[in-house]
Amino acid sequence: MNPVNYLYLAALLFTIGATGVLIRRNAIVVFMCIELMLNACNLAFVTFSRMHGNLDGQIIAFFTMVVAAAEVVVGLAIIVSLFRTRHSASVDDASLMKL
Amino acid sequence: MENLIALLIAAPLLGAAVLLVGGRRLDAVGHWIGTLLSAASFVIGLVLFAGLLGRDAGSRTLIQHLFSWIPVAGFQADVTFRLDQLSMTFVLLITGVGSLIHLYSVGYMEHDERRRRFFGYLNLFLAAMLLLVLADNYLLLYVGWEGVGLASYLLIGFWQHKPSAATAAKKAFLVNRVGDMGLSIAIMLMFTTFGSFAFGPVFSHVGDTSQGKLTAIALMLLLAACGKSAQVPLQSWLGDAMEGPTPVSALIHAATMVTAGVYLIVRSGAVFNAAPDAQLAVTVVGAVTLLFGAIVGCAKDDIKKALAGSTMSQIGYMVLAAGLGPIGYVFAIMHLVTHGFFKAGLFLGAGSVMHGMNDEVDMRRYGGLRKYMPVTFITFGLGYLAIIGFPGLSGFFSKDKIIEAAFAKGGTEGWILGGAALLGAAITAFYMTRVMLMTFFGEERWRNQPTRSPEAPSAEPAAEHRGEHAEPHPHESPKVMTIPMIVLAVGSVFGGAFFSIGDRFLHWLEPVTGHSEGNSPVSAWTVTGATMVCLVVGVAIAWAQYGRKPVPAVAPRGSLLTRAARRDLLQDDFNHVVLVRGGEHLTRSLVYVDHTLVDGVVNGTAAGFGGLSGRLRRVQNGFARSYAVSMFGGAALLVAATLLMRAV
Amino acid sequence: MSATQLAAYTTSTGEAFQFWVLGTVAVIGALSTVFMRKAVHSALSLAGTMIVLAVFYLANGAYFLGIVQIVVYTGAIMMLFLFVVMLVGVTAADSLKETIKGQRWLALLCGAGFGVLLLAGIANASLKEFDGTGQANANGNVQGLASLIFTKYVFAFEITGALLITAAVGAMVLTHRERTERAKTQRELSEQRVREGTHVPPLPAPGVYARHNAVDIAGLLPDGTPSELTVSKTLRERGQIRDVSTEALNDLRALEQRAEERLERRQIEPATFKRAEEASK
Repeated sequence: MNPVNYLYLAALLFTIGATGVLIRRNAIVVFMCIELMLNACNLAFVTFSRMHGNLDGQIIAFFTMVVAAAEVVVGLAIIVSLFRTRHSASVDDASLMKL
Repeated sequence: MENLIALLIAAPLLGAAVLLVGGRRLDAVGHWIGTLLSAASFVIGLVLFAGLLGRDAGSRTLIQHLFSWIPVAGFQADVTFRLDQLSMTFVLLITGVGSLIHLYSVGYMEHDERRRRFFGYLNLFLAAMLLLVLADNYLLLYVGWEGVGLASYLLIGFWQHKPSAATAAKKAFLVNRVGDMGLSIAIMLMFTTFGSFAFGPVFSHVGDTSQGKLTAIALMLLLAACGKSAQVPLQSWLGDAMEGPTPVSALIHAATMVTAGVYLIVRSGAVFNAAPDAQLAVTVVGAVTLLFGAIVGCAKDDIKKALAGSTMSQIGYMVLAAGLGPIGYVFAIMHLVTHGFFKAGLFLGAGSVMHGMNDEVDMRRYGGLRKYMPVTFITFGLGYLAIIGFPGLSGFFSKDKIIEAAFAKGGTEGWILGGAALLGAAITAFYMTRVMLMTFFGEERWRNQPTRSPEAPSAEPAAEHRGEHAEPHPHESPKVMTIPMIVLAVGSVFGGAFFSIGDRFLHWLEPVTGHSEGNSPVSAWTVTGATMVCLVVGVAIAWAQYGRKPVPAVAPRGSLLTRAARRDLLQDDFNHVVLVRGGEHLTRSLVYVDHTLVDGVVNGTAAGFGGLSGRLRRVQNGFARSYAVSMFGGAALLVAATLLMRAV
Repeated sequence: MSATQLAAYTTSTGEAFQFWVLGTVAVIGALSTVFMRKAVHSALSLAGTMIVLAVFYLANGAYFLGIVQIVVYTGAIMMLFLFVVMLVGVTAADSLKETIKGQRWLALLCGAGFGVLLLAGIANASLKEFDGTGQANANGNVQGLASLIFTKYVFAFEITGALLITAAVGAMVLTHRERTERAKTQRELSEQRVREGTHVPPLPAPGVYARHNAVDIAGLLPDGTPSELTVSKTLRERGQIRDVSTEALNDLRALEQRAEERLERRQIEPATFKRAEEASK
């Protein structure tokens, strides 16, 4: 098996995650799909690290994790305060940008 | 000596400024300031005249360059004055007759609250007219031309509280604008053709310019002259201009304004000489106006309007003469000067009559006034004899020359023009005799007159406005009014003879205008004889109609021609139907086109964009997921583009 | 061809087997994350996918990341997700019915296009050469990472540290509610109720014909209609009230029917009570 298959898997997972972001209305699930996309990227980075024989890819993946953790913290806080004010976690309900 | 020329204009201009700016403080002396400055201008004119006489006939042209007005490369407009024999003649006429009219106005406007302002306007009128005749280029002439238009507007509408006066002023201004447009176009044409609009360069380059351009310029100049001189087809303002005070009518008709057109044609003689087609047009305009004015003058019961018709007719004579080229230029100016005398005298006489008759203007309510105002009667009578061309008086000499010159034009044209001039002389004799008889002879119709019948054709609001229906008490005017009339009467009696005997006037003007004797198919004596016959016939018919029979106090219905003539030969109706209605239709259709086509395109575009954006707006539905789809689609496109770039 | 050279572009059979099995699991997990109606199920599926990815990290020689993935990601972050899911309503099921016109088709089209393009791009890139991480991990993976983080990437590392703190502060700011007034005591609350004249007695208890703990079942009023007041406010806001009044009545009717059958009484045409949910569908 060629290790490039990991990249194919990463692309597939990324696409599934992106489609999920577009399809789902529940903000929490949307967030999970974003996490899925990030993880797919991490897999690609790790694979690249193996491909090039150095650890820089892993470092990037590491940083991605840190940033993802920060993002999750803030995002979930937003979802919680949104739910508190609107009693709903649907992203469509927060369509205030329309006239 | 050249430096005095500017003073000619400066004196009345100063008067206008002082009187108009000075305010009520000058109410007590304003009229004397105006008269004095006008007279000062006349005195300066006399000094200059003496100076010119002291020179050779060939070197009687004085140029005063005052300052450079618009110094642009390729476009030089200077304030330069030219005083030659032609402008000298006009200066003396304008300031002389103008000063007499000022003097007369002192008495005539005595009871008017706004007399100071009136004199300010009179001075402005003189200044503008002097600027017009003294200018050395057409642009400066145009300034004076417009100034005359402005001053005439102010003076015709001087009694602006009367709607008729305000309307008449507006009408005069608007009709004059048409002519002004002709002059401005002519100036533009001159600039493109000759590269200059100063008299010298224009006249010297006439020889090497195409016939078509010259004809165009000349026709535009003719249009301008028609506007100012009230020639057909721009004659309609003159009759209504009688709404102004009578001295204004005298000033407009005798010394200023209407003579400007004749001056323009004679001054531009070099251009007209080189454009025979335009000259023919000038003669046609002159001949038509001559008859037109005379016919209108026959039908009017308003003494001033009858005289206005007469002015139109006499100016027609001058324009006719001016259109004849070098044969007629001198005679046109000579008639202009003599006409200045007797027409001013006639108007001042008419004003004197009105002054004594509670501002009544309807001649059917005059009659037998010779006993009550002898001085007016005598001066008016002398003016009358002069205008009909009674042998020995000034009109006889000047008009006779014009008729001769018309015949001397030669060919069929000569016969037609001469015939028209002769016919005009007969009609002139008729209507002037009619005015004379109705005013000074016959029964005293002003006694025990019934209340004015509403359908009286020349119902004048002036009498009503003064609120006097009481029987008038005719009386002679004060000395300040009669003296100018006497002076003018003397001029009307002796002017023609003085000019003609020994061809003084001819020799005086010849260096400027040039002169040539035409080959008249009929001898001078024959023409004089024919004129005399016409004169006698005209007077006889008038006597038969108005002298022998009593004049009805209410105008009879009259023939079709009479009724048309009372309506100024339908000129206003023509203007209304053709120009006003036509203009209305034109603007209405233009508005329609504007609304449907122009606005349609604009509004359609706007509506199209509006609809488009209304549709595009739906894309902005506020759902974050929809925006995310566009982002994701964009990302996909970026990937595709990257791949494509790699593939290429 | 030596084993090291072989490792450059191929893997061991064991790894291949592991990839195909676990890869399938990961894809299924991802798909269920997207398509599960309940957020809890999505979260669990995602956790499964993440664990699979952790295994893949380990297989790719990223030992440190593999462990971190399990401990931090799956262990901490996903649990945070579950925590929020609980807060929002653990049993709430999303309707997968699309409300924005054309959104689903556009999303699928874009997803398919993007995926195909991405896969094509990877296939096009001719990535045949794999060096392997053996050399890099020679001194140990953690040591290698540490030396990179604290030398080459130290600046980025510090900045991510600042980012984390900022995020923590931000989350606190977002969720924290400052009390602007003193909380009312029970006495004050009861006095307020008397003043307003509403619910002077205690709220009615939930559950009629309670056959289970029944907190989410509204009590029936004397006329047989359910009263939402009887259910706790939190459940009411989440929309998690179970309307069981008709259910209970149907049960009762069925019981009677069976009794009649046994007693051989004349059959009465049973009036069926439909559940409110079914009736609304």
